[in-house]
Amino acid sequence: MHALDRKLLRDFVRLWAQALAIALVLGCGVAALITSFGMYQTLGDSRAAYYDRNRLADIWASARRAPRTLLPELAAIPGIRTLEARTEGLVTLDIPGRDQGAAGQVISLPASGAPILNVPLLQSGRLPDPAARDEVAVNAPFARANGFALGDRFSANINGTRRELTITGTVLSPEFVYTIGPGAMMPDNKTFGILFMPDRAAAAAFDMTGAFNSLTAALYPGANKAEVIEAVDRLLAPYGGTGAYGRDRQISDSFVSSEIDQLWSMTIILPPIFFGVAAFLVNMVLGRIVALERPEIGLLKALGYSNRTIAAHYLMLAGLTALVGILLGWGAGAWLASGLAKLYARFYDFPYLIFRGSWTVYAVGGLLGLAAAAFGALRVALAAARLPPALAMQPPAPPRFRRGLTDRLMAWLRLSQPAMMIFRSITRWPFRAATSAFGIAMAVAVLAAASFFNDAMDKMMEVTFALANRQDAMVIFTSTLPERAVDEVARLPGVIAVEGQLVEPVLLRRGQYEKHTSLEARRPDTDLSRIVGGSGRVVSVPPGGLVLSARVAAQIHASAGDPVEVEFLSGRREVLTLPLTGTIEQYIGIAAYIDYDTLNALRRQAPRVSLANVTLDPATRRDFDRAVKDIPAIAGTSMFSDARRAFQETIRQNISVTATVYLVLAVLITVGVTYNGSRIQLSERARELASLRILGFSRGEVSFILVGEAMVLALIAQPFGWLAGLGIAWAFTQGLDSDLYQVPFVIVPATFARASLIVLLTALASALVVRRRIDRLDLVAVMKTRE
Amino acid sequence: MPDAVFRTEGLTKVYDTGTVKVQALGGVDLALYEGEFAVLLGPSGSGKSTLLNILGGLDTATGGHVWFRDRDLTGLKDRALTAYRRDHVGFVFQFYNLVASLTARENVQLVTDVSRNPMAPSEALDMVGLGARLDHFPAELSGGEQQRVAIARAIAKRPDVLLCDEPTGALDSKTGVQVLQALKRVNDELGTATVVITHNVAIRKMAHRVIRFQDGNILSTEENAARIDPAEIEW
Repeated sequence: MHALDRKLLRDFVRLWAQALAIALVLGCGVAALITSFGMYQTLGDSRAAYYDRNRLADIWASARRAPRTLLPELAAIPGIRTLEARTEGLVTLDIPGRDQGAAGQVISLPASGAPILNVPLLQSGRLPDPAARDEVAVNAPFARANGFALGDRFSANINGTRRELTITGTVLSPEFVYTIGPGAMMPDNKTFGILFMPDRAAAAAFDMTGAFNSLTAALYPGANKAEVIEAVDRLLAPYGGTGAYGRDRQISDSFVSSEIDQLWSMTIILPPIFFGVAAFLVNMVLGRIVALERPEIGLLKALGYSNRTIAAHYLMLAGLTALVGILLGWGAGAWLASGLAKLYARFYDFPYLIFRGSWTVYAVGGLLGLAAAAFGALRVALAAARLPPALAMQPPAPPRFRRGLTDRLMAWLRLSQPAMMIFRSITRWPFRAATSAFGIAMAVAVLAAASFFNDAMDKMMEVTFALANRQDAMVIFTSTLPERAVDEVARLPGVIAVEGQLVEPVLLRRGQYEKHTSLEARRPDTDLSRIVGGSGRVVSVPPGGLVLSARVAAQIHASAGDPVEVEFLSGRREVLTLPLTGTIEQYIGIAAYIDYDTLNALRRQAPRVSLANVTLDPATRRDFDRAVKDIPAIAGTSMFSDARRAFQETIRQNISVTATVYLVLAVLITVGVTYNGSRIQLSERARELASLRILGFSRGEVSFILVGEAMVLALIAQPFGWLAGLGIAWAFTQGLDSDLYQVPFVIVPATFARASLIVLLTALASALVVRRRIDRLDLVAVMKTRE
Repeated sequence: MPDAVFRTEGLTKVYDTGTVKVQALGGVDLALYEGEFAVLLGPSGSGKSTLLNILGGLDTATGGHVWFRDRDLTGLKDRALTAYRRDHVGFVFQFYNLVASLTARENVQLVTDVSRNPMAPSEALDMVGLGARLDHFPAELSGGEQQRVAIARAIAKRPDVLLCDEPTGALDSKTGVQVLQALKRVNDELGTATVVITHNVAIRKMAHRVIRFQDGNILSTEENAARIDPAEIEW
């Protein structure tokens, strides 16, 4: 081994603590990249492969009842490659040994066996016999959650008839990667399942023999989706078509896409912070090493080592540090990614996850880590190489201090000499001070941004559950019913209060812009399910007007006072123009709202309801559950009280995991910055500090100078950290913005206080660790060493 | 008369600090010969170190010319100067300038790694009487020993010239003598032209030639008819 390489290794070993502090920050960047970008790739690849192999449709459409004779005409629409008609329907399920019912979505399988599109992937058993009347295959997570084995039976209330069904197999379907029941907030495989039933049996049960109510289609590549949708809508309109849509509005894929988008925004926000801080740290520490090794650099040059060799020597030192960080990051990244994959497996039902490109993610992480270190080291290494040898051999000139404005200010403030030393050092090396402050600010920002999720979730929960949805359950009818159905629900055991609600699928239009959404109508005195805006304000829709989610309004470019065209996608498909009377900020879902009487009047119908919201007496909950299962007109119940609990629990769990991860990240940044900053201070000031000790300053007074500078910088950094935290939180809300949910941009002051407290305490601890070296300062030796 | 190893003509050096211009060399004409042991004497700031740095290719002149054998060093670019130092020049400094994280042997190896025809590091350390302390780190060596490691490092490449800037400046007389003996041995046995800068007037007696500097110019040059052994030097 060359002597220079040996010097490199020994220097590296000697600097282990500082190198490790940098390596940990760099490792965080690599780990964050592997976790977020790796999962981004994995989810994206897995989704693409799954959709491709199992032929996910491009277009979905539903109708009330369309004749199969319409199919050739639909198939002839230019752009459609494959077409498949099915029977779909919601049913209530009675799970043996359980009072609480479950909801099921029936999807018919063609007589030939497996469908051409949306091919279910058999996990166990077999698909039901096309001729069988009581056989079904169910989605595997539903079977697992309810402990079903092949051959197990359960009963279903299908279109008013109670039927015993036998499970012949379990499947996964690309249509149901994220399986969420009607009215539910999050997936619950126990209470919602997909039942794949032979077409003959399904058609018979739902009165669809010779007809269909669900259509899926695959398009030719390059086909104009919008035109196809328009053509399908035109043909299905007479048969109660509710509007065709593409993958962008398919529920499962919307959730998967939103998750993938979220991973992407994490990828572009988090790793750059860590790589940036790591680069600054490398710059700071290497700069100091080069300053200390001036004579050695001069010597190496005198010995005939080339500029390139010297630059490479210092770059390698940064490279070794980066290498340690990269290895740590790879390890942590692999661990975090597998944890995240497990978390995804809880919510997303992929038959397989493809880690095909995983090594490239590791390679990219490694390369970016090296690049960050090299970026931080380059300027310093080049400066070292460019140092004229004769100059390098001489001790550096003492730094030039000049009396400036700050000095006059300090004099006026009558600061003590040690305090002056602190402030002079900061103003003398503003770039370095700014670098340290930047690092600390990033730590605060990371913490604040992470806690922001907590605040945002609190806000979402408060508005969604405490203010808006106060019902215990939502009873969903199979179709709209006369309003007296509400009275029937009121007579069910355990029901304390009940309110009806009418929901209609509509197409909103303004100029060239249009948007599919649901139009909700409730009576103005509604108490259980209220319309609540972002500010917590309860809104009632004025008769004759329309209130929209702000997001919907923005999408159709409508503002208050504008006329909006409403096309109903059911019944007589009226097209009406209503004035937009207001918009509200909504966190979960999007919708349009109208007054109950106005809607019924506009549609010229006696008041109708499509669901009922109820509050329940917990003592008689079992009676309610049992009663609901036997009522044919009820398609399902969504238990909000359960959903609330599950939602809270899941969110809390996820947040506590993320909060811990971010806490560790912020602490590592702070330690990296403060420890290195203080070590550099100590090394530069050893002579000064020793002189002060010789002059009679106490250890405490001398320590004050060292720790003081670190803490002053940490304090200066706080407001910038808060600002950066706001910026990151804002970027996250933008990344998460979708029709499914919008994360409110709220941070409570306590979040900033907590972030600052953690960072300041960590900074203090890091500076105090370095301070201990003052106790060990050999006063005589320090004064003798030349520098 | 042996051939000149260095020759300078009207060599000047001006340091420009932005506000003040300092004339370090004011037109030096000088020749140094193969195998010669020359001592440069003079007070601080008289231009000795500047001359040595220019001869050694650590610094460049502002005006005039300097030749190493037949080669004009004036105007050589950094890369060429690096190659020149690597192939021909050995340096010894007042503060040893050893790399603290490398042992005596490894410090010498720093040179042998990059030279064309080096001696073994242990051989070089033997020459300066440190054959027994090969694996000691600088912190485990006395000042005199450290300086001898520096000499071993300088000679290990078998340089054509050995340039020493105050090699005994940081040493007491006893260890200083050991260092001077090592220098003399190298000069005698390897015939390496040696230039030693010193404040110490006593050292002049061991030189072939003594060149006195003042204010950036040569004040006088004298040849020693009889040289004395370093052991006889006292200070």
